[in-house]
Amino acid sequence: MAEATLRTDPPMAARGSQAGAAIVIDVEGLTKSFNGRTVVKNLTMQVRKGLIYGFLGPNGSGKTTTIRMLCGLLTPDSGRGTCLGYDIRTEADMIKRHVGYMTQRFSLYADLSVRENLEFVARVYDLDDPGAAAEDAIRRLGLENRAGQLAGELSGGWKQRLALGACILPGPQLLLLDEPTAGVDPKARRDFWDEIHALAHQGLTVLVSTHYMDEAERCHEIAYIAYGELLAHGTVEEVVANAHLSTWTVTGPDLAALAETLKRTEGVDMVAPFGSALHVLGRDADRLEAATRTMREAGPQLWRRDEPTLEDVFINLMSRSRDNF
Amino acid sequence: MGVDGRNDDASRRTRGLAASLRRIYATFVKELIQLRRDRITFATMIFIPLLQLMLFGYAINTDPKHLPTAVLVQDDSAFTRSFLAAMRTSGYFAVRSVAASEAELDRLILSGAVQFGVQIPAHFGRDLIRGERPAILVVADATDPSATGGAVAALQGLSANVFARDLIGPASSLAPRLPPYELRIHRRYNPTGETRLNIVPGLMGTILTLTMLMFTALSVTREIERGTMETLLAMPIRPVEIMLGKIAPYLVIGGLQMTLILTAAKLLFGVPIVGSLGLLIGLTMLFILANLSVGYTFSTIATSQLQAMQMSFFFFLPSILLSGFMFPFRGMPGWAQYVGEILPLTHYLRIVRGIMLKGAGLQHLQADVLALAAFTLAAMSLAVARFRQTLD
Repeated sequence: MAEATLRTDPPMAARGSQAGAAIVIDVEGLTKSFNGRTVVKNLTMQVRKGLIYGFLGPNGSGKTTTIRMLCGLLTPDSGRGTCLGYDIRTEADMIKRHVGYMTQRFSLYADLSVRENLEFVARVYDLDDPGAAAEDAIRRLGLENRAGQLAGELSGGWKQRLALGACILPGPQLLLLDEPTAGVDPKARRDFWDEIHALAHQGLTVLVSTHYMDEAERCHEIAYIAYGELLAHGTVEEVVANAHLSTWTVTGPDLAALAETLKRTEGVDMVAPFGSALHVLGRDADRLEAATRTMREAGPQLWRRDEPTLEDVFINLMSRSRDNF
Repeated sequence: MGVDGRNDDASRRTRGLAASLRRIYATFVKELIQLRRDRITFATMIFIPLLQLMLFGYAINTDPKHLPTAVLVQDDSAFTRSFLAAMRTSGYFAVRSVAASEAELDRLILSGAVQFGVQIPAHFGRDLIRGERPAILVVADATDPSATGGAVAALQGLSANVFARDLIGPASSLAPRLPPYELRIHRRYNPTGETRLNIVPGLMGTILTLTMLMFTALSVTREIERGTMETLLAMPIRPVEIMLGKIAPYLVIGGLQMTLILTAAKLLFGVPIVGSLGLLIGLTMLFILANLSVGYTFSTIATSQLQAMQMSFFFFLPSILLSGFMFPFRGMPGWAQYVGEILPLTHYLRIVRGIMLKGAGLQHLQADVLALAAFTLAAMSLAVARFRQTLD
């Protein structure tokens, strides 16, 4: 449906011409439903090697389900695709060998120490010297003082660092991170993103889901998913530009009353408070212009043309998608 | 695309027996550490078997003696006194009260105050001398047949020669004659009929069934409930490797329990090990493995730890009741024996009693060993087939 217009990727034949841009994730028409409720609907996406790909969307939009299908933990009802060149339906074993998957909920062993957890992972992936590999990881993560501590007793930020450390320990080519920064303080979040960028710089591909808008800005490319459908993708600039939203920022007195009036005005699609200002958006620039003319001229507020934020774009996409739902 | 030389190298490393063994070892170490850290479970594993062995080994007696008895004596003759004395010396009867009437005797039995009521009618001595074959009435509370069985049998043996000393002179013609043949009974393997010789080896089977079943029944469901299953499934490890790695630490624990129980059986209960100790240990390990696989199978079917526990008990009860541990196996109807034949405990009881008491060798136990091995293999295959490799 909306997919054809939103797809910005070059067609299959043209893809090879993009220099050094091997496709790491290539899935088409993925659909998954649980108990008759469709959670992911006809999802098509490509992720190029070395990119940090942000996977955005509200809670329950199908992000986790999609990630689980990518690493072979869930079998899609229909659709097909590859991850690192391996078929997601038949070659889950090989995918697991080369993909680091960090679950949304901390899922290492709470009753094992940091070192024991890492050694377990190193052994399962059959690294040459599990003990040394675990020590290396502990040093790299800065967990030297906590190596003997039970993983369950770590704070949220350290748990997350440990989980990431366990993911990259076996040297994967692709990282799938499911809301890795949920419930983590801002400083730890920043450190985490620095780490992700360092990893991507080394050639790792990272697919990271989040619902923080500021984190979207740290991704090379993003995809927005709501109600199981991929609604937009591309760089942040492309997504904002493709939304074609006409935006005004209003400052001044009595904004609450003005917002109420605007919400009832034809041609205004969205009114959202934004700090001490009001964002007024419309999908049709001319209609928005016409609808707000009298208010703009009457004052006493100050009207200024603006660019929509990513959040504006997403909320607009979401409300439009819900109308179709 | 995306698949370079490193991948082929890695694929070689994931296959093969050596790599598989290393992953089993990884799981084994992990489980062992978790086990060691779970102090209560660890203590349970050591103390439950000891406690149960003490409790049941000393407590259970299927041939009870000194049963409370009431007598209603309406005759005062030498015969009456002889009969009562013989009852007492048989060891089965302890005369607790003397009833004054039949009604009182009935009341004592009904209220459970005594297990037996003995009524010696008026003129018993006189009628006996006259050759009228007077009757002694013994009323037994047979609500629990096994509690009265031994005593009743002893009573029957008693009547044959209790009056031999009293029937002299003119009355000697009334003395019972010897049958024209002799019956020789050899109570082999347990000549004195000691219950503990039967119970203690059996207890080893039931204790191992209970503990082994419980520990593995929780192992997979625990990972699901704690959320660690998702990480485990995302790793390149196969279900059969997870199973073997999870079962292995409990083989060690089971071996430890077996050593404890065998030592106690020998030192505290004086149960002999007539047959080969090595064979006993080997087959006990097979039995432990059988129970671990059942528990693990339940673990892959249940969706919560509670469900897994319920399934374990569903399996444990018939194991105790239909295996021949509590009640004679051959006393059960055909269908119940078929059910019993499926249970590993049934075969293990034959094995453990066979080796410890009878000195049976492998050649005598073939059928039971094969049955145990087949059961283990079937349970393991089911567990591997049932193991959910995805979160679907």
